[in-house]
Amino acid sequence: MRVFMLGWEFPPHISGGLGTACYGLTKGLVENGVQVFFVLPTAVPVGGPSHVQIRTPASLGAEGAEYVESIEDAGGGAGEAPYLMPQVQVVQVDAALQPYAPPGRVLQAAGSVRSIADKPRRSRQVKPAAAPPPAAPPPAAPPPAGSSKRISSGLITAGGGAHYQGDLMGQVNRYARQAVELARREEFDLIHAHDWMTYAAGMAVKAATGKPLVVHVHSTEFDRSGESVNQQVYDIERAGMHAADRVVCVSYLTRSLCITRYGVPPEKVDVVYNAVEIPNGQFPLRPIRQNEKIVLFLGRVTMQKGPEYFLRAARKVVDRFKSVRFVMAGSGDMITQCIRQAAELHLGRYVTFTGFLRGLDVDRIFAMADLYVMPSVSEPFGIAPLEALSRNVPAIISKQSGVSEVLRHVLKVDFWDVDEIANKILAVLRHPPLQRTLRHHGAIELRKMSWKDSAARLKAIYHTVCNPAGRA
Amino acid sequence: MASVVFYFQVHQPYRLRRYSIFDSDQVYFDHPRNEEIIRKVAQKCYLPTNELLLRLFQKHGEAFRVSFSLTGIVVEQLRRWAPEALESFVELARTGCVEFCAETYYHSMAFLYNRDEFVQQTRRHCELVKDLFAQSPRVFRNTELTYNNDVARVVEGMGFSAILTEGADHVLGYRSPNHLYNPPNCPNLRMLMKNYRLSDDIAFRFGRTDWAEYPLTVEKFTSWVDQINGSGNVCNLFMDYETFGEHQWNETGIFRFLEELPAAVLATGRNDFLTISQAVDRYPSAGEVDVPHMISWADSERDISAWLGNSMQANALHDVYAIAHEVLASGDEDLIEDWRRLQTSDHFYYMCTKWFADGDVHRYFNPYESPYDAYINYMNILDNVRARAAHKR
Repeated sequence: MRVFMLGWEFPPHISGGLGTACYGLTKGLVENGVQVFFVLPTAVPVGGPSHVQIRTPASLGAEGAEYVESIEDAGGGAGEAPYLMPQVQVVQVDAALQPYAPPGRVLQAAGSVRSIADKPRRSRQVKPAAAPPPAAPPPAAPPPAGSSKRISSGLITAGGGAHYQGDLMGQVNRYARQAVELARREEFDLIHAHDWMTYAAGMAVKAATGKPLVVHVHSTEFDRSGESVNQQVYDIERAGMHAADRVVCVSYLTRSLCITRYGVPPEKVDVVYNAVEIPNGQFPLRPIRQNEKIVLFLGRVTMQKGPEYFLRAARKVVDRFKSVRFVMAGSGDMITQCIRQAAELHLGRYVTFTGFLRGLDVDRIFAMADLYVMPSVSEPFGIAPLEALSRNVPAIISKQSGVSEVLRHVLKVDFWDVDEIANKILAVLRHPPLQRTLRHHGAIELRKMSWKDSAARLKAIYHTVCNPAGRA
Repeated sequence: MASVVFYFQVHQPYRLRRYSIFDSDQVYFDHPRNEEIIRKVAQKCYLPTNELLLRLFQKHGEAFRVSFSLTGIVVEQLRRWAPEALESFVELARTGCVEFCAETYYHSMAFLYNRDEFVQQTRRHCELVKDLFAQSPRVFRNTELTYNNDVARVVEGMGFSAILTEGADHVLGYRSPNHLYNPPNCPNLRMLMKNYRLSDDIAFRFGRTDWAEYPLTVEKFTSWVDQINGSGNVCNLFMDYETFGEHQWNETGIFRFLEELPAAVLATGRNDFLTISQAVDRYPSAGEVDVPHMISWADSERDISAWLGNSMQANALHDVYAIAHEVLASGDEDLIEDWRRLQTSDHFYYMCTKWFADGDVHRYFNPYESPYDAYINYMNILDNVRARAAHKR
């Protein structure tokens, strides 16, 4: 079985949980004997400490060069490559899908987009916001009867939400067109699209090839934006879910959103939980030379993640317990607000902002932490608590998260209940037996969650869409 | 002759209220909830079952007997919120067909941590039984049938003539729970050991439709009791009284089962019913049973890991007894009473992490969302108690 997978981030360059999930799932799929052809946009820098196997432009043939011009050979020795998976091909197409990147990065990406020799119509679309919606489906996707409308409804020009960057909609369309071109040269059994930015591509590829489509909902517009949803994004999500043969959600929380807010028929929606790769190596239970306890927030500093509740709880903790430091690791549109809030709460001495961390720095901060807190307002799943547990750090998680459906040996709070968050932080800091018991059982619980098992669930879903009559 | 020895445990803890570290008042107990639960249990179990027993005593005269133990704190709660149920227990006592046992007043694990406290709580419970039921208990049962040789020695020293515990396979070995035994070096104390198969057939499996023996008829059960004839003297059916109407709902037919059982057992002509003391007076000890390690009637392990199985439980138990001296020396009656109510074993049972992931009987009885919440809440309250005790010094 071979899957044409559409994503927008992949380790080592990630901005959140999606890249981690894509990596884990593809690795799990490989272990289950499924081949993956992974299409990535160029805004994701490829390279650095090596990577999965990447196709070079030449291997796609002369015509392909236009679409894969910016693909780089990751280089690096295969033996030392942490993300190497021979059965997963990752191909980058030239589109700048990166919703959460700082503006500078998006401009860079836009620059590389412009450097590509392009047809006039296409270059108009990638130019900033003013471009009108394409009247027809892209030429790359000759529409089979009946599906052309759905495709065009998925292709939308720029505009919309404040927290989305640049000409995102244009890039979404561009990604879709190029994915179709790639799809025509590849053999595969089904399409698997991760999150809304790739749904248009998923629908276009489905229309062009007639292959079944699975869309994977890692988050919805309601999670990211609360009730002030971006209508265009919502429309794309809705179209993608309805066009899909099967919708996979990361939790029952998300599943019920898909059913109630997007009107997806319940029988079409499955849940596949995320998992975690248990890291090799020892993580010290206590950092050396530490006389203060460290409480960690790790994630995007956005409304969705509840950083303000973390800081307000911190204030209450500090009133009772002074030898503590609150570390906020991450970046996002609320970072300046959070820094201001910390100052207003007179928490300067007690809060450290590290900016966005990745790779070894994440390991280091976990090794230093006594407690991880995820006060998310809305969290479709939330892989970070699993990562915390896998590094021997007990976790407090919001009940408004998908991961709270699977984890029992963590402390659970309502994100708005700042008193209770502080109560639980203090309990963990003050009572070593609590930390010990959480760690002990957390480690056992974690072993029940593997990407291989999640991928096996996914493979079973693949079979149902590929053999709708049940000839598995 | 096989004598059925029914023993019913009646207990409800004082459940704690949600107590955050930011709370500083001295209201530790969730009395609205405690009231609601005791009234509900009285309605569903205590009142109808007592009424049924009363009818059975009238019908069978001296031939039907049972034994009970009511913890001090369940009596307090009944007195306060369901006096008619307490009165119905008193009425049972007046029939002369019921024996009341002694235990620690607060249903505590005091034996493990503080012998003086253990003795005091037991004495207080004996006085309660005397006042309420006009009986001097001869039989002792420790909280949740926790037991070892040391418990036996102390209890014998206090003048009791029998003690109850679990007929755990790993202490009995090839021997059967259907005899009386005595602990090593305790010639004056008899052990009655729970026949957990037959007891749990009623207490846990009675209403389970997936059980191979479902439905459990009186005839079937009577024939199992009858099989003890020739190979044993007693059939020790020990269980929570809440089995009737609460754990096994009325709809399962549990009340009809209890109603018909005495007549069916007596009809064989070979079997009868005895109180614990009657069994002690009638049957000899079949030998010594050595129990060096703590056993109990809980879970499949039959050990004390349900209350002392993880670091949180060990920490909480240790900490509550660590302030014994300060609390008692304070002379503050309210403080001492609060401290003793915090010793009730249920508080530690709620912190149990065994099987937590699977969800089972532990969760059914647990007012907390998780064992961690139970621990955090308990420790916050204990902080306040400790501060009060320190303040008094």
